Amino acid sequence: MDALSLARTQFAVTTIFHFLFVPLTIGLALVVAIMETVYVRTKNPQYKKMVQYWGRLFLINFAVGVVTGIIQEFQFGMNWSNYSRFVGDVFGAPLAVEALLAFFLESTFIGIWIFGWDRLRPSVHALAMWLVAIGTSISAFWILTANSFMQEPTGYSIVHGRAEMTNFFALLGNPQVWVEFPHAIYASFTTAAFFVAGISAYFLLRKKHIEIFRSSLKIAVVLGAVASILLAVNGDAQAKHLVVAQPMKMAAAEAVWHTTTGPAAWNIIAGIDQSGGRNTFAIQIPRVLSLLDGTNHFTGIDELQAQEVQKYGPGNYIPPVATTFWSFRVMVLTGGILILLALYGVYLLARRHAFEGRTRYLKLLPWAMALPYIANTSGWIMTEIGRQPWVVYGLQSTAQGVSNTVPAGDVATTLIGFTLIFVIIAAAEVYLMVKYAKAGPDAEPTPEMPLKTLAAV
Amino acid sequence: MSLNTLWFLLIGVLFIGYFLLEGFDYGVGILLPFIGKNDQERRAVIQTIGPVWDANEVWLLTAGGAIFAAFPQWYATMFSGFYLALFLMLVALIARGVAFEFRSKDKRPGWRNLFDWLIFFGSAVPALLWGVAIANLMEGVPIDAHMNYVGGFFNLLNPYALLGGLVTLLVFTLHGAVYLTLKTEGELNERSRAASYKVGWIATGVAILFVAYSILRTDMFSSPHVGVLPGIVAVLAGLSLIATRLLLDRRKEGWSFVSTSLAIVLVVASVFLTLFPNVMVSSLNPNWNLTVYNAASNTYSLHVMTIVAFSALPIVLAYLIWTYWVFRKRVSVDQVMHY
Ligand code: HDD
Ligand code: HEM
Ligand code: HEM
Repeated sequence: MDALSLARTQFAVTTIFHFLFVPLTIGLALVVAIMETVYVRTKNPQYKKMVQYWGRLFLINFAVGVVTGIIQEFQFGMNWSNYSRFVGDVFGAPLAVEALLAFFLESTFIGIWIFGWDRLRPSVHALAMWLVAIGTSISAFWILTANSFMQEPTGYSIVHGRAEMTNFFALLGNPQVWVEFPHAIYASFTTAAFFVAGISAYFLLRKKHIEIFRSSLKIAVVLGAVASILLAVNGDAQAKHLVVAQPMKMAAAEAVWHTTTGPAAWNIIAGIDQSGGRNTFAIQIPRVLSLLDGTNHFTGIDELQAQEVQKYGPGNYIPPVATTFWSFRVMVLTGGILILLALYGVYLLARRHAFEGRTRYLKLLPWAMALPYIANTSGWIMTEIGRQPWVVYGLQSTAQGVSNTVPAGDVATTLIGFTLIFVIIAAAEVYLMVKYAKAGPDAEPTPEMPLKTLAAV
Repeated sequence: MSLNTLWFLLIGVLFIGYFLLEGFDYGVGILLPFIGKNDQERRAVIQTIGPVWDANEVWLLTAGGAIFAAFPQWYATMFSGFYLALFLMLVALIARGVAFEFRSKDKRPGWRNLFDWLIFFGSAVPALLWGVAIANLMEGVPIDAHMNYVGGFFNLLNPYALLGGLVTLLVFTLHGAVYLTLKTEGELNERSRAASYKVGWIATGVAILFVAYSILRTDMFSSPHVGVLPGIVAVLAGLSLIATRLLLDRRKEGWSFVSTSLAIVLVVASVFLTLFPNVMVSSLNPNWNLTVYNAASNTYSLHVMTIVAFSALPIVLAYLIWTYWVFRKRVSVDQVMHY
């Protein structure tokens, strides 16, 4: 592989790995904060146990989120130096602001939360978790502002071949942020809701710690239902926005090669022949595409390609269509399943049926824990692959952004190194997660503490 | 003062925060296997930095972000240029970060031992690499007309730079040892004090050697920057290290921590003074230097960033100080351990 492909692979591997941990951090911080607030309000010791149990799992996840984030911060300079030179004025600012406003907040108050049980009043202790939760969302906002600039550049002008910031508020008011940020936040809440639901179901099936996990599951299905429905509604708005802002991405996501006039049919599935520029087959529902994307004139890949050639000069402006198409479908399908599962849980709640009796439902939930992870990953794959060949839409191609002084051998070394480390960390992480999840709320927080101190925790 | 200079200063301040704070927790990490003789003692040692190490690391992330935002060319050249060195540092920081959280989550002695050594290497490697990087930056590195570093990895490992690495390694270890004397009780405290003495001498000696070597390799002592000889500031840092020893003798632990801190502040100050107005010096041609002007973002961007920084930093500092206040007590071996 050449240096460019290696750098792309490395970026994909590191970011996907980082984003395996991010959504759970964002969502679970909220869940734990809510539980702790209930505890402070009611003094119900059962809620304290819930806070400590979910908090333990939260911390194991958080640690990996943090260390993988550090790589992200530096790899723009390491692997994408020409990109950094080109957009640094604009893109660096949200990154710096993120560190200042969000990372300090998260990392300080998580320390206070872990070590502050016996030093702080309960309400102040709960406040610390709220500040962590708020910090994670602020962090998401700023990084997605940066990412949105790549999707839809705003608030800049090109001076001497570099993008310079001309309007900070245009950067913040980028319409792309305001669909992308809520989507990522709802996705995070969904991820945490199904994480809590899956583990709670596991214990309810085994009839252990019924009280604790019944309460946890209640919180989870309600949060899951609200978040996943908002997610789908927001996703639809996002797709409609893309039709206008990044028509090529959406045309690829729907595998529409030729411009349609009149109500367009929607491809449920299709066989995609990228080099031939056509679909080998497709199963369609008439008219639905127009409804989904809110337009009667859906511009096809062919015509968009011709338009971009006229605008930017000769070149191939078509992203990998099959990847974009299928990752979109996986995400949407997953979203549908999650909504159904959450709604059924809410139905049980509303009818005051006990969860414990519904073994088939409870058996499904642990498996459903995987779904948000699949959807998160495919969502990012669609977003980023669908933007290719651009790294900054319409301004810089990915090939132009790469560091041209870092030899392929160096990138290969780090790619192999990071990948190995990720495999090891993932193994340790899964081992500890499973161990502490299964150990249940009565487990020692950290094994082998002197007995007299245990009582104090 | 121009905004460019202001941002150069601010980045200096962020590095001071980083080396001052993360400096002692690198030191604690390096001393961990030697000062903690059994599991409970090691947990106590980790406990001294438990609540703060993560926030300390954020100074580095903020400094990185600030370089990106204010001097994108500097960010691009340095991070792509020092590619493999940075990779090593990232690996170390990853290992260290997960190790704190994972270490005590399993009983097996093998598991705990493994993570203790990861904490050791995870702390020692960055402590060493920063000195290497600083020495290279002061001396200048091969940068071509297009602001690209063209030197490769092994070029960074010359004797002068390695000596610089040894200095930061030892000074951070000393800083950590003094911190531990402040934060521990009983036997741990005795051992930390003994370590401060031992490391103190070597650190001071190597630092003085490095300053002397700098006379040959940089213009620290030959040309004043903004009216000050950076070399003088470096000499003051050395004196501060000597004072640490004298203060320890008088059992003034708090003051000896102040004096290692002062040494670190002065070292960073002398480095930034030596560089100014450059941010990276080209050893090939002085016209190819990256400066606070040709490497910077546009004025508008700097302006926005200035407003954000000056509104946010006081709040951040306030809650950081509060955290140190909440956890001001010494850690004892038989208290509740969270890590
Ligand atoms: C939608 C949210 C989101 C996205 C897209 C990203 N991150 Fe992230 N990041 C977070 C949300 C987040 C978080 C929730 O705030 C984390 C996860 C775990 C944590 O501690 O904070 C985090 C941690 C984290 C850290 C460590 C912070 C610390 O020490 O406390 C850094 C440096 C980054 N991230 C940087 C990045 C960069 C440069 C990204 C772009 C490629 C990126 N993240 C994508
Ligand atoms: C149910 C219907 C859904 C629709 C219609 C939908 C729609 C979209 C669209 C159009 C994008 C591309 C945004 C862009 O390129 O700018 C996207 C991205 C994304 N989706 Fe979804 N989505 C749905 C469900 C989900 C689910 C269930 C999850 C995860 C739990 C999820 C997670 C993501 C993520 C992480 C991204 C990338 C970041 C972002 O743009 O926010 N989505 N989604
Ligand atoms: C908020 C920041 C960002 C996030 C969350 C993000 C997320 C992602 C994800 C999940 C992928 C994986 C797609 C795949 O499976 O290949 C990806 C791919 C990629 N991203 Fe981004 N990205 C971000 C910013 C950037 C930046 C700043 C660059 C470059 C300078 C970049 C360049 C790339 C490249 C080159 C790929 C590989 C595409 C390919 O293999 O075709 N991204 N990104």
